[in-house]
Amino acid sequence: MNMVLTWAVSFALIGFALGMACAVIRLLRGPAAHDRILALDALYVNGMLLILTLGIRFGSRVYFDIALLMALFGFVGSAAMAKFLLRGEVIEP
Amino acid sequence: MMMSEYPLWASLPASVLLIAGGVLALIGSAGLLRLPNFYARMHGPTMGNTLGLGCVLLASMLVASAQGERLVFQELLIAVFVVLTSPITALLLMQAALYRDRMERRTASTE
Repeated sequence: MNMVLTWAVSFALIGFALGMACAVIRLLRGPAAHDRILALDALYVNGMLLILTLGIRFGSRVYFDIALLMALFGFVGSAAMAKFLLRGEVIEP
Repeated sequence: MMMSEYPLWASLPASVLLIAGGVLALIGSAGLLRLPNFYARMHGPTMGNTLGLGCVLLASMLVASAQGERLVFQELLIAVFVVLTSPITALLLMQAALYRDRMERRTASTE
């Protein structure tokens, strides 16, 4: 019965990898700069999901810390790039 | 640590949640690829990916609890963080897109 979990993990990994591929295509094709930033945002969220699923697969808690760090730095990066598009500089005096 | 040691009460809901999470994240990212303009594309990742993230975090909590034989809820940290920050990113991006579209239209109309 525990084969179910193995197959579910494989299915989820394939789903997240396809999602990352969609985001990369949008990142390369995107007509405007904010499309590309949105694609980067989706890319890091999908990567974080991939890391969490790998943590389930290998039964290790280290992957959780990596996912937490990815969430933190991904948000900082996306917010900084959106702020740059909005104002032309990230940290205003 | 092999995966065949988890009890049934943890592995079965975790499998269902993982499949749901994979499908939701894929739908969100496909929406990013297929929807026609930016304001429509905004919806795909923000909703699909956040729902998928919730499912995967629940599955991870279940498996970690079954593995350590105690309650593990550090995943709530990621959940709270993402729920707090993903609307901020979406709002900033939407403001930037509105501003840039407006500027573009203004420069087009003066020429």
